[in-house]
Amino acid sequence: MALYSEKVMDHFLHPRNVGVIEDADAVGEVGNAKCGDIMKMYLKIEDDTIRDVKFETFGCGSAIASSSMATEMIKGKPVSEAMKLTNKAVTEALDGLPAHKIHCSVLAEEAIQSALEDYRRRQGQSGEKQ
Amino acid sequence: MSIYADHAATTAMSGAAIEAMTRCMKEEYGNPSSLYRMGQRAKETLERAREEIAGVIGAEPGEIYFTSGGSEADNQAIRSAALTGRKKGKNHILSTAFEHHAVLHTLEALKAEGFEVTLLDVHSDGIVRPEEAEAAIRPETCLVTVMTANNEIGTIQPIREIGEICRKKGVVFHTDAVQAVGHLDVNVQRDRIDMLSASAHKFHGPKGVGFLYVRKGIPLLPLIHGGAQEKGKRAGTENLPGIVGMAAALKEATAGREAEAARLTALRDRLIRGLAEIPHSALNGDAKRRLPGNVSFCFEGIEGESLLLLLDEKGISASSGSACTSGSLDPSHVLLAIGRVHDVAHGSLRLTLGRENTPEDVEAIISATKDVVGYLRSFSPVWRDLQSGKTPFIL
Repeated sequence: MALYSEKVMDHFLHPRNVGVIEDADAVGEVGNAKCGDIMKMYLKIEDDTIRDVKFETFGCGSAIASSSMATEMIKGKPVSEAMKLTNKAVTEALDGLPAHKIHCSVLAEEAIQSALEDYRRRQGQSGEKQ
Repeated sequence: MSIYADHAATTAMSGAAIEAMTRCMKEEYGNPSSLYRMGQRAKETLERAREEIAGVIGAEPGEIYFTSGGSEADNQAIRSAALTGRKKGKNHILSTAFEHHAVLHTLEALKAEGFEVTLLDVHSDGIVRPEEAEAAIRPETCLVTVMTANNEIGTIQPIREIGEICRKKGVVFHTDAVQAVGHLDVNVQRDRIDMLSASAHKFHGPKGVGFLYVRKGIPLLPLIHGGAQEKGKRAGTENLPGIVGMAAALKEATAGREAEAARLTALRDRLIRGLAEIPHSALNGDAKRRLPGNVSFCFEGIEGESLLLLLDEKGISASSGSACTSGSLDPSHVLLAIGRVHDVAHGSLRLTLGRENTPEDVEAIISATKDVVGYLRSFSPVWRDLQSGKTPFIL
């Protein structure tokens, strides 16, 4: 049996939405290099909809695949829907992950949550200014 | 393209070993413990293999005990020396921080049984200092166990010096020589070794067989109880095909050893030079005092498992000491023992060259590794922070 599902290998070998959004409306970063995983998500949001998303990841194959899958799952979706993305949904979309790699999907969920929190924080700040 | 560069993990079976095993399985299926002629022929074959193996490492045939491999040999040697020591009121064991888990986990188990264990520093070059070993030996030390060559970073230990110190102090000296036998000049008499573990599949022999050398006069306790095989020290019908295959493989490896070591050393040094061209990378362990085929590197800003998977896509089989490949959250204890910090140890790559590798393989590995490291860094947030100066480079 292969280490990873075909889906995981596809997203690892051909990651979607890799890169940086220079004028992002929100950025989220989770994990740390000591543990061997860092994910950074950049969001472009208009009318409460995620118009664009990019990611950068330092980590193993399943961390890269989880990031890629998570970005695909929220792109074009309303913020309210993206908020509901769970690690379980990411894992299922990847046709499963080995037990000791589930934390990679958790990290993907947390990276998106962290970016969305940043978005709300920035919104709150711009609201205060008005 | 298919390049196997993980010879420290295991090696391809030698043709001579396959042939010897096949003949043995077809013609000598008798049990060496049986009294009829067929059994006695098998017994003769068994003893011939023992003589051949003993001859290679400078031992007497009666000092060789066949086991299921390196891990069993390590377990038996260490446990036996410890329990024998305890009878004399000695409960201290000296070892190193970067031994194979077969040694370290056995020592952990003995600690739980009341033994005290000291692990020697292996320094940033991955080499134990004999004077530090000497200073750490106490009156109650019953065993010193130091590997001959490290399995991850390939560094060769000053076994002869440590052997002399132990002999002088009257302490049993064991060495895990799993990575060394068949590749280095191993001689138990010259190096004052009391116990030595070896494994066949690391020198092109079959898996599931190895041996333990125990110097005459050193007590040996059985780990597996049962029949009287191996002078009662290792019960169970002998794995005769495996043993015959091991002897054939070792004979072949020994005959070509010096020429092969010189050839591999040249390939290794070229590979090290090529990989060192990658910025913010570092060789793990001493550049010269290492196994002829071993290259171990750390690349800053990337993670080892993704590096391995992408090399595999390019047809290259290699290994890493990253957490994700070790199945735990911590990177390799070997890399941590030589002082690599976690962040850097996660980005490690071990390439171990062997018999089938060519200069062309080495050039292909260098080129592929450069590509893959560059690609992974292109979307690594760690690399971005290093490059922008947000965090300082370590390598």
